[in-house]
Amino acid sequence: MIKMHHANHIGHLGGNLSVIDLLCLIYLDLMRGTDQLVLSKGHAAGALYVCMALAGEIDEAELESFHQNGTRLPGHPPANTFEKIAFATGSLGHGLSLASGMALAEKLRGGDATIFCVMGDGEWQEGSNWEAIWFAQHHTLSNLTIVVDQNELQGFGSIRDTSSMEDLLKRVRSHGIDCSTVDGHNLDALRDACSLPNKSDGPRAVFARTLKGKGVPWFEGEMRSHYVPLTDDAAEKALSVLQAKK
Amino acid sequence: MRDTFSSAIIADIANDPKAVFLTGDLGFNALESVQLAFGERFINAGIAEQNMVGVAAGLASSGQKPWVYSIATFMVFRPFEQIRNDICLHDLPVVLVGNGGGFGYGVMGPTHHALEDYGSLGTLPNLRILVPAFDEDVPAMVTIAHLSKKPVYLRLGFDRGPDVPSRPLEYAPWRCLIDGAPGGPMVAVAGPIAGLVWGWCLSEPQKGISLWVAGELPVPNVPPPEKFQQAAQAASGLLTVEEHVRPGGFGEGLISYLALAGALPDRPRIMAVPKDRITEYGDQLYCLSLCGLDQETFRSELSAISGDIT
Repeated sequence: MIKMHHANHIGHLGGNLSVIDLLCLIYLDLMRGTDQLVLSKGHAAGALYVCMALAGEIDEAELESFHQNGTRLPGHPPANTFEKIAFATGSLGHGLSLASGMALAEKLRGGDATIFCVMGDGEWQEGSNWEAIWFAQHHTLSNLTIVVDQNELQGFGSIRDTSSMEDLLKRVRSHGIDCSTVDGHNLDALRDACSLPNKSDGPRAVFARTLKGKGVPWFEGEMRSHYVPLTDDAAEKALSVLQAKK
Repeated sequence: MRDTFSSAIIADIANDPKAVFLTGDLGFNALESVQLAFGERFINAGIAEQNMVGVAAGLASSGQKPWVYSIATFMVFRPFEQIRNDICLHDLPVVLVGNGGGFGYGVMGPTHHALEDYGSLGTLPNLRILVPAFDEDVPAMVTIAHLSKKPVYLRLGFDRGPDVPSRPLEYAPWRCLIDGAPGGPMVAVAGPIAGLVWGWCLSEPQKGISLWVAGELPVPNVPPPEKFQQAAQAASGLLTVEEHVRPGGFGEGLISYLALAGALPDRPRIMAVPKDRITEYGDQLYCLSLCGLDQETFRSELSAISGDIT
């Protein structure tokens, strides 16, 4: 993913690095059969494409076309291109409603699939999410699992400075949602949080505490990791750090 | 154009105590100087466009002059009802600034392509739509927007104008960039694609093309001047070009206006973005090319309006 972003001098890497651990877990481990995923934070499309390549759904070589002319892999998930990408996302605050609709459909047809919705934390500023959470709880969509990539930074500042929403979990829980919080880079903890029996008859929400720019030390927790592309030197160092951790 | 916009708003607007700048969490590495200039009147309203536009309407109704900034798609489509009900129906002087008009965010994917913005906004009452073609237009439009007592949408893009001696250009709602041969083909453009088209026209000097660029939409709000209409009546044909879908766009608006005015030439043609979405992506020029907004297609269309093809 770092190579994909660096090769074409692409930003948005920070939010991809914060979500890649949990997205890989959901996509490659937790999702079964007809389970579906909505990536509401569409700017993490790079991480999604990596998961799709790891799952053998696209050739790894195609990842090199990311952001290039003629690509099927734009900076946000495309419409009508991949079976596993049900919706083009990239305008924040759409995913939870979409996932609620998919979960309701599953419930209506008596299926047992889980719908996963991976969201950012900043996007909870969109009012549509609060409409969706009311809806999902009212319709007892217990087959909906919401995972929030809680990296505490957004495009032009921190969550705290922009909207005082650092108590997001409490606000969501106040709607009757089964909420838990875990280290978003601890796969075992995440797996447990997504797999343990749901304590309510509505959706569950897992708040994954993550680090924007995770894995690139001089990017971690930095605002610039949202938009600023890696320099050659930084990319080389980042890859060597990851290689050393292997 | 974003940098030109930032400079203009800092120079001409920030000192007005009534001016308030709201951004929808956009502007990192771009609007920091605007933030500094506006001080407490610069507000990051977060990722919440509907609220931001409603707040702007409230500010305007209380005597402030709000400027609201986001990516063009998020500026227009998410808060469309707030724009319609809260701003336009009440004729409030809010300035909506959409960055990345057309395929400005080409490789970011379809959610970021602003291809129906001025067409849909053009249906709303009271709204003035400013579409700069060149960087030089932006400061003039910032001033127009600031002085406007009506709501304004300013669509920013990427100036691709040719480096020709006739630049810099003084802004006017209708400008003749090339005064072609009487009876020759006429080309009319809106938006920064004008720069590309200008270059294409200059590469066909033998055709006698007249090239005009419009800066304010919809067409009936600021109709083409008499000189344009007279030239159109005598022209071999008219070709419009825009980075927007055809329905509700500049081309349909202009052709409809000229037809009703009895000034439409025999061969009206429109180059616009097809409504069917592209399924591969790339930079702005790549996306334009996929949609037939390229020099080769232009040449073909030019032949059609010149009478070479029927």
